[in-house]
Amino acid sequence: MAEIAFYGFSALAIGAALTILFTRNVMYAALCLFIALLGVAALYVLAGADFLAITQLLIYVGGVLVLLIFGVMLTHRAERESSQKANIVLTTHLNRFWGALIALSIFGLLFWLISHANFLIIQSPELSESSARHSTLKQVGVNLMTSHVWAFEVAGILLLVALVGAAYLAFQRENEK
Amino acid sequence: MQPIVPIHYFLIVAAVLFSIGLAVIITKRNTIAVLIGIELILNAVNLNLVAFSQYDPVRLAGQMFALFVIVVAAAESAVALAIILKVYRHFQTTDLDKISSMKK
Repeated sequence: MAEIAFYGFSALAIGAALTILFTRNVMYAALCLFIALLGVAALYVLAGADFLAITQLLIYVGGVLVLLIFGVMLTHRAERESSQKANIVLTTHLNRFWGALIALSIFGLLFWLISHANFLIIQSPELSESSARHSTLKQVGVNLMTSHVWAFEVAGILLLVALVGAAYLAFQRENEK
Repeated sequence: MQPIVPIHYFLIVAAVLFSIGLAVIITKRNTIAVLIGIELILNAVNLNLVAFSQYDPVRLAGQMFALFVIVVAAAESAVALAIILKVYRHFQTTDLDKISSMKK
């Protein structure tokens, strides 16, 4: 049952990613990114990371995707030939050959590595307990406040700086235009 | 209790997503499409981290790493979109091949 779900959600994610690759419409690419992120979030759940799946949905779908769609809208010059025609945001494809070559060769390398790798995973005694699969929420919270508190604070400062910087950059000053 | 799905499957799905994101970055000429490719790559890397983290259910180091990667990705996309807006105001285009001068 879990394997069927795994195959289904990975097919969803990979299919959406392929649609991003082959479509020329930027808006479709953004919406397919949404589907791909949903698939990846479901894969997180299958890997036992429930908190991370919810975070992925909240941040990517609620934040990043809305930002991307705003970016598409704000940086598109509408060609007003007729108001009946849909305004389609198209992108051009270049370097098709080199893109396919580099991507396929890197995938081949990774596939060869993964299929030949012999992961020696040390069985921790906790893994064999029946209580191994409960929510990770508590452990993540404890980690954030104890062992990872330094990274947590730095992430907070980074978010603040990014917010201020993005607002400063995007602000339209009087002397421009 | 063993993890349900073998780790190789996760790694191969992540490798596929990574390669597709790389191809998107190389072929697309719109800056926002390139940003979408970067998000795909970051997700593929996170999938690797989470997949290895299921063998470490006590410390969850991989999931913590993935959490911080998500935070940095959100900050990165916000700043990148602000830069794209600025570039669009200056050059009136977001086509990467037409943005070829540092100062007009």
